[in-house]
Amino acid sequence: MKFRAKINDVGCLNHFTRVVNTITKLTKTCVVRLTVDNIFFVLSGKVANGGVSMWCELLQVNFFDEYQLEGVSEDANEICLEVNPENLSRALKTAQNAKSVKIKLTKKHYPCLTLAAELPSLSSISRVVTHDIPVDVIPRRLWHDFKEPSMPDFDVSIYLPPLKTMKSVVDRMKNLSNYLVVEANLSGEMNLKIETDLVSVTTHFKDLGNPPWGASQSQSQSRDVEAMAHARVDIRKLQQFLMGQQVNPTKSMCNIVDKRIIHLILLQEDVSLQYFIPAVA
Amino acid sequence: MPLSTQPQSGNDEYVLVASLDNVRNLSNILKAISFKDHAIFNATQNGLKVTVEESKCLQANAFIQAEIFQEFTLKEDVVGFQVNLTVLLDCLTIFGGSTVPGVSTALRMCYNGYGYPLTLFLEEGGVVTVCKINTQEPEEPLDFDFCSTNVTNKVILQSDSLKEAFSELDMTSEILQLTMSPSHPYFRLSTFGNSGNAHYDYPKDSDMMELFQCTKTQTNRYKMSLLKPSTKALALSCKVSVRTDTRGFLSLQYLVRNDDGQICFVEYYCSPDEEVDEE
Repeated sequence: MKFRAKINDVGCLNHFTRVVNTITKLTKTCVVRLTVDNIFFVLSGKVANGGVSMWCELLQVNFFDEYQLEGVSEDANEICLEVNPENLSRALKTAQNAKSVKIKLTKKHYPCLTLAAELPSLSSISRVVTHDIPVDVIPRRLWHDFKEPSMPDFDVSIYLPPLKTMKSVVDRMKNLSNYLVVEANLSGEMNLKIETDLVSVTTHFKDLGNPPWGASQSQSQSRDVEAMAHARVDIRKLQQFLMGQQVNPTKSMCNIVDKRIIHLILLQEDVSLQYFIPAVA
Repeated sequence: MPLSTQPQSGNDEYVLVASLDNVRNLSNILKAISFKDHAIFNATQNGLKVTVEESKCLQANAFIQAEIFQEFTLKEDVVGFQVNLTVLLDCLTIFGGSTVPGVSTALRMCYNGYGYPLTLFLEEGGVVTVCKINTQEPEEPLDFDFCSTNVTNKVILQSDSLKEAFSELDMTSEILQLTMSPSHPYFRLSTFGNSGNAHYDYPKDSDMMELFQCTKTQTNRYKMSLLKPSTKALALSCKVSVRTDTRGFLSLQYLVRNDDGQICFVEYYCSPDEEVDEE
């Protein structure tokens, strides 16, 4: 097993830092899956984290100037590591103005991701800050937990309103209730609703548009365009997703499987983030 | 009047309709009195009066005159109800209360009468939020019987000067002692805290003093915990009038200028903590 990678470009470094910071806001621990072409940050839906799962995908060539990977074996040329993303984001913080950042998998007393940042210096002697971030190497027999989640057979898919507007609405609703109902239809309308003993609040978004998914999603083809699909979710999970956003997505959308799950997708040219929040009764 | 028992949501059903182009003109002034959940609303042809009380010793009133609203329609002489102020403020600021010029949230507030919820329609950038806040039986607000003929001392100050004083007050002191007098020290705030006593004096000819009408030396103590909520109003205001009456009751009236330059008033009444021995 071998992994080493290097970033020379400040823009790429900042971009990578933003992605890691976003992941940090969403989860305490996650799995980093390294393959020849991609880096994935994965959280699989366990009961302990409220059934939320996440899938973030980066194309390595868009971030790294050097990238070498030798997986566990030739037929499984990849590495799976469990990390605390906060450690990674703290390490990257000190590397903000670095001339270059090297990341490699090392074995000290325990396996580590070693991040070495070469900082600018006035003299000829270079300044290097090194962070050893402890990781757990995940054995191959457990990898099946970290496969890309299949796109659920959703009832409605809709583009999200500006995330900033959505965030302020969800923030206020969180003060009032623990659960929120997301509902949307195929005419570009989405509602966020809460209801408690004291108050009921509904925010109506319209003209959002529905993404064209092609004929594969046959279920939504025959659907009444006015009919709402809805899911009641833990409002904190949705707030977490909206709070963490440091990537400026070019496209953001939401798929709803009626009474089952909401699937949020953010797309930027070289990063995609998917977030799944299960519905509660 | 339609005979149907199910009231329609048409305009004629409402006993109160009030609209604002900028919701901040209401939400800001309500923030000045939001120290307790229960707020008593009282609407008359003059406008809206919102009252919040604490421990029967403190009362805060916010007045929003009918002219502040773009529409203010009242079907009855007086309409009263009680709602949870914290919930109302969360609803009014649902779009984040943007301070960006040109971006504002419009509000239409409707009330159907006794037993009905208070309905808010908020709109910003084409997004509409509808809130239905349950109302409660309005309680009778306390009458502090603070009458201008019984006022012994009165000063009007620029709020900035009092803000400075309040931010420097020793909060370990349980009480704030207020001395107003036609002679020295004129206007004095005193605290008695863990690290000693402090006095904050304003000369009567200070630039900050707009009006000074003290007829009799009066020293009264007020609970710091009761006065603390009033700093919210102070922060928003540009002028404040401080008055005490013969019984030592304190009246603080704040003049608040809203985004559109209109003027609203917030007033706090506070009862004195104890009698001070005259020496």
